[in-house]
Amino acid sequence: MPDVIPADSVGIVTPQIAQFDTPLALCCGQTLSSYQLTYETYGTLNQNASNAILICHALSGDHHAAGYHAVTDTKPGWWDSAIGPGKAIDTTRFFVVALNNLGGCGGSTGPTTINPETGQRWEASFPIVTVEDWVQSQVRLADLLGIKTFAAIVGGSLGGMQVLEWSIRFPDRLKAAVIVASAPKLSTQNIAFNEVARQSIRRDPDFFDGNYLDNKSVPTNGLGLARMLGHITYLSDDAMGAKFGRQMRHDSYQYNYGIEFEVESYLRYQGEAFTKRFDANTYMLMTKALDYFDPAAQADGDLAAVLSKAQCEFLLVSFTTDWRFAPERSEEIVNALIKAGKPVSYAKIEAEEGHDAFLFPIPRYMAVLSTFLTRVANRLTTEAN
Amino acid sequence: MRSDLEMIDEWIQPSIRVLDLACGPGELLHHLIENKQVNGYGLEIRPEDLNTCIEKGISVLEQNIDEGLQNFEDQSFDLVLMTHALQQFRRPDLLIDEMLRIGKECIITFPNFGHWRSRLHLALKGRMPVSDFLPYNWYDTPNIHFFTFQDFERLCREKDIKILRWAAVDGHLKDHWWIRSMPNLFSETAIFHISR
Repeated sequence: MPDVIPADSVGIVTPQIAQFDTPLALCCGQTLSSYQLTYETYGTLNQNASNAILICHALSGDHHAAGYHAVTDTKPGWWDSAIGPGKAIDTTRFFVVALNNLGGCGGSTGPTTINPETGQRWEASFPIVTVEDWVQSQVRLADLLGIKTFAAIVGGSLGGMQVLEWSIRFPDRLKAAVIVASAPKLSTQNIAFNEVARQSIRRDPDFFDGNYLDNKSVPTNGLGLARMLGHITYLSDDAMGAKFGRQMRHDSYQYNYGIEFEVESYLRYQGEAFTKRFDANTYMLMTKALDYFDPAAQADGDLAAVLSKAQCEFLLVSFTTDWRFAPERSEEIVNALIKAGKPVSYAKIEAEEGHDAFLFPIPRYMAVLSTFLTRVANRLTTEAN
Repeated sequence: MRSDLEMIDEWIQPSIRVLDLACGPGELLHHLIENKQVNGYGLEIRPEDLNTCIEKGISVLEQNIDEGLQNFEDQSFDLVLMTHALQQFRRPDLLIDEMLRIGKECIITFPNFGHWRSRLHLALKGRMPVSDFLPYNWYDTPNIHFFTFQDFERLCREKDIKILRWAAVDGHLKDHWWIRSMPNLFSETAIFHISR
């Protein structure tokens, strides 16, 4: 943590656990008889519970979206740049809920937790979960917190897919949807990247078909590789070029397979750091959830037909150098919303950071988000009077 | 509200689907949404204008019109609007075709370069006119095509475009009988309501 907590930080936060004992039927056909969700909240829920914002996390995110867990923390939550007093997601006006999705490794029920029916860790036996399942479980969390309708649901990337699903499946439970750097379904290339990531994990001899913890092992090589691949796709060619170029470790080539270029060192470091905080089975599950998501499939690919159910207003944001979820993918959603006659605004933000841009405090991006949510907040005030 | 916008307002039916190209800070759209309950979308590329629209609760999309409008389906809007912007695009003729493909009807307003003061300025000074209404130099102007009331009429004729109605107003955005009688000479702003 910094020496002094910044005035626009939510400060020290403590994760909470919600226990659910009503069975949850999953898309894959299996049922979770009970489960836990770990979540954090920032700000205060108002009297009529109308000022709540749900934050949906992306592939490697969790419930810790803002603030610090302890005074010894060096880094705040993953979206601290956007959440806090006076920030785009203003905690002086909104009550913010962020959770770790089912199947995650941040404390919610998932491969690393104990299956109450067997007393053993779930590991490979944890069922495949989908975006639909997550939204279902989030609805129950909302019920538990007494939130009938969210003022807004916000998410980037895989998080944006959850927001889209909310707007279609539970149209009366959100007033605004913010979908950042996302897509209505993955492209073939995206699925291909995910498969390479999963294969690199599966082929690690330490994977043990997913039961590595039982075998007192961790597939660090496979997971590290998967993350390295992911990392390349999250950045843009320009951003990597600007950061590393062909910068070298030594003055001249060594003609071996050690680290020659700085970018190699960076990727190895990122891969390794990731294995210390993330679970391989969860990574597999999350990439599968991405692959399966395709809400238009239920209407023969007609996204506009599916979105005609939506009742909220939308804000879509994309980033110019994002090639993993390119602006055109966001525009597919925008065009479908227009065809369906729904209120939607769209900003294509000039950014160098590639897909990762959605995590950065890029001034124009934050301004658009802030303007949109300020109006949402103002409308709440008007409606209350 | 700008009076050319006021004039357009009278021509617009309530509750229709409107697309406003280069909508700026959304003045007209906001008015039409509030007073005519239209279902409106604006297209704009200036970040500050985009933000102003979002602030007002207008549906606004960041899209470069010069890069095409293929994402909009044929006849998917009742009305496509473009106020004071046609002169800023690369191919106004093709853009008008696109507008009439997307919209059942279109309303276009533009500065009339045939106005007597422009003519006099060029004739006497031999330099491109700079006025309160067109306050740019030839090199920094966003207006890359200059055309007149008559030029536009002629283009409509060549393209078999129906002119449903037109109006011509002066610098104070008033319409007078002399402007109506000689719009190419006296109007500063030309307003056309067209369809196929």
